[in-house]
Amino acid sequence: MRSTGLFYALTALFALCAPMLGLYPVFMMQLLCFAMFACAYNLLLGFGRMLSFGHAAFFGSAAYATSWLVTAHAWGPAAAILGGVVVSGALGLAIGAIAIRRHGIYFAMITLALAQLAYFVCLEAPFTGGENGLQGVPRGSLLGVLPLRSDLAMYYLVLAAFLAVFVFIRRVVHSPFGQVLKAIRDNESRAISLGYDISRYKLVAFVLSATLAGLAGSLKALVLGFVTLSDVQQSTSGEVILMTLLGGTGTFFGPIVGAALVVTLQQYLSDIVGGWVTAIIGAVFVACVLSFRRGIVGELAALRLRH
Amino acid sequence: MKLQTLAMAMAAALATAAVSRAALAAADQIVIGDIDDMSGVYADVLGAGGVEAINMAIADFGGTVLGKKIVTLSADHQNKPDIGASKFRQWADEAGLDLLLGGSNTGVNIAMAKVAAVKKVPLFVIGAGGASLTNEDCTPYTVHYVYDTTALANGTATAIVNAGGKSWFYLTADYAFGTQLQNAASKVVEAHGGKNVGAVRVPLGAADFSSFLLQAQASGAQVLGLANAGTDFSNSLKAANEFGITRTMKPAALLAFLTDIHSLGLKTAQGLYLTTGWYWDLNPDTRAYAKRYFAKMNRQPTMDQAGIYSATTTYLKAVKAVGSTDSDKVMAELKRMKINDMFASGGYLRADGVMIHDMYVMQVKSPQESKYPWDYYKMVKKMNGEEAFGPVTGLCPLASK
Repeated sequence: MRSTGLFYALTALFALCAPMLGLYPVFMMQLLCFAMFACAYNLLLGFGRMLSFGHAAFFGSAAYATSWLVTAHAWGPAAAILGGVVVSGALGLAIGAIAIRRHGIYFAMITLALAQLAYFVCLEAPFTGGENGLQGVPRGSLLGVLPLRSDLAMYYLVLAAFLAVFVFIRRVVHSPFGQVLKAIRDNESRAISLGYDISRYKLVAFVLSATLAGLAGSLKALVLGFVTLSDVQQSTSGEVILMTLLGGTGTFFGPIVGAALVVTLQQYLSDIVGGWVTAIIGAVFVACVLSFRRGIVGELAALRLRH
Repeated sequence: MKLQTLAMAMAAALATAAVSRAALAAADQIVIGDIDDMSGVYADVLGAGGVEAINMAIADFGGTVLGKKIVTLSADHQNKPDIGASKFRQWADEAGLDLLLGGSNTGVNIAMAKVAAVKKVPLFVIGAGGASLTNEDCTPYTVHYVYDTTALANGTATAIVNAGGKSWFYLTADYAFGTQLQNAASKVVEAHGGKNVGAVRVPLGAADFSSFLLQAQASGAQVLGLANAGTDFSNSLKAANEFGITRTMKPAALLAFLTDIHSLGLKTAQGLYLTTGWYWDLNPDTRAYAKRYFAKMNRQPTMDQAGIYSATTTYLKAVKAVGSTDSDKVMAELKRMKINDMFASGGYLRADGVMIHDMYVMQVKSPQESKYPWDYYKMVKKMNGEEAFGPVTGLCPLASK
């Protein structure tokens, strides 16, 4: 337990110092946003064993909502992020309420289908800019006090949001609610026989996950100053699954490692190999599934338990 | 304990990488970037040939300017605005980018123009046509160099309406470029007494055009306006031929490149009207450039591949003239100078960023008329720059009517 605490402290220290080390802040912010997205996804997959194929819908709808509120209605960043989160939460409630009635592959297919609906709304709706997306989204200043134009200020805002989400997810998982969720994951019939209203637990987990994914999307839209169809696309849903599985589902740190790996590969490999990035990441995924099924962090944790 | 070692190693590795990259950006050099579609529907039109043309331009300029070495960066935006914009931002922040040459795809270029405005790095749009780049989406750092949708419509649509094609149906690429091209063409058609019957929007890079073409056929229009480009254009025209639609409707290529005609073959493409900013077989200067390009790429350059050479040279000339890479000074010089080279004669940059130069309305030759390889076009009309690009619209705050 002590070494885990030390590890977290070291990582947090590293994240705090990252801009001073000369790491490109925009890249680090992108990485943190995807890490937050993966952590939110992990809450659903790792602790609730619900495999959603449509999480980009929440990530993207919040990004669109935030960008639209900022560009068309001149909302401040805090209010716009809140607006985006509310939209993704509401969408999560709507999609979740339908999807949790089924299990396994049917659950996955329902989320995929409904997320594709959300995608077409973003493609066709008059305020989303179609194939171009929404461009030139200003960051504004936080609550009218802290200007976010500099990458450094924005970085620390994203980092703070990320740490808050991370602590929040830990808290949720360790709460009685989280214990019940895990019980449902491990043996659903038994949880029912113990008298738990499992669909309610599942729905709350789904909405929580959608909301946090939305927060990540809203932040990403502000960081990069635009939102495009890539954010709601099915491939983004696939990426977040990949990040979570690579890092290790059901571990707290796994999604972060997975997100870091995938985002770094995409960013730096795309210069060298172009469109082949997808194939390379696919190969990494296959290797991961064949040789270390618990994911990177999952395997490390298992290794430590054995010693 | 293992986790700690891992964390230490990770931190050390990242720190080393960061230091080495910071050193790269600090070096004394002029950095020219090129963000283009290198693998998708527009890869033939500019793509790798464009990179070669930039390198030719730099080599012809002597490889240095103001005593600094000129280096290039290139990236594939995969037709995604987010990839283009984040790459541009990253180069501007980290690599000390001095000039960005924007490849094909209007949507991506609009996204990159927003970055140009924030980062104050000149953006020369080469391959994208959307006229909004110098209207609603204009910035003080945008230059629209080769052609735009206004010029294409003024050239091709006018020629076809005057030749009797009065009623139009459009097959439109479903993003900024396609809609802008369709709008521009519709206006020209109406202004010349024709009428617009309808339009269907087709996703970028569609594989199957049959249902869209059947809608076009059912419209009963005389002209099938193809408001798309690259392989989308050649695929839709091929499909229209296979469906026999070209027997009842006259296809209009609102944007066609030499490479498209080459891949279609003259048998399919003969008789098409098209508008181009440059053609390799215009005069001795263009032929001389084309010959050098052909020696490297084994095909004749498109107007974009000639335009990107000219744009690179023009920028370097401006830098040399002002003795600085300061974006505002260079832009001021660019708007003052005349552009005379194998691409444009007497070209100049208007306040809204459009490079005003002659455009040519061409008709594709029949197989019998074509005398030697790549002998594809005969000139119908030469439009001077003001006629082709039209008056200032007033939508860009930088230029008043």
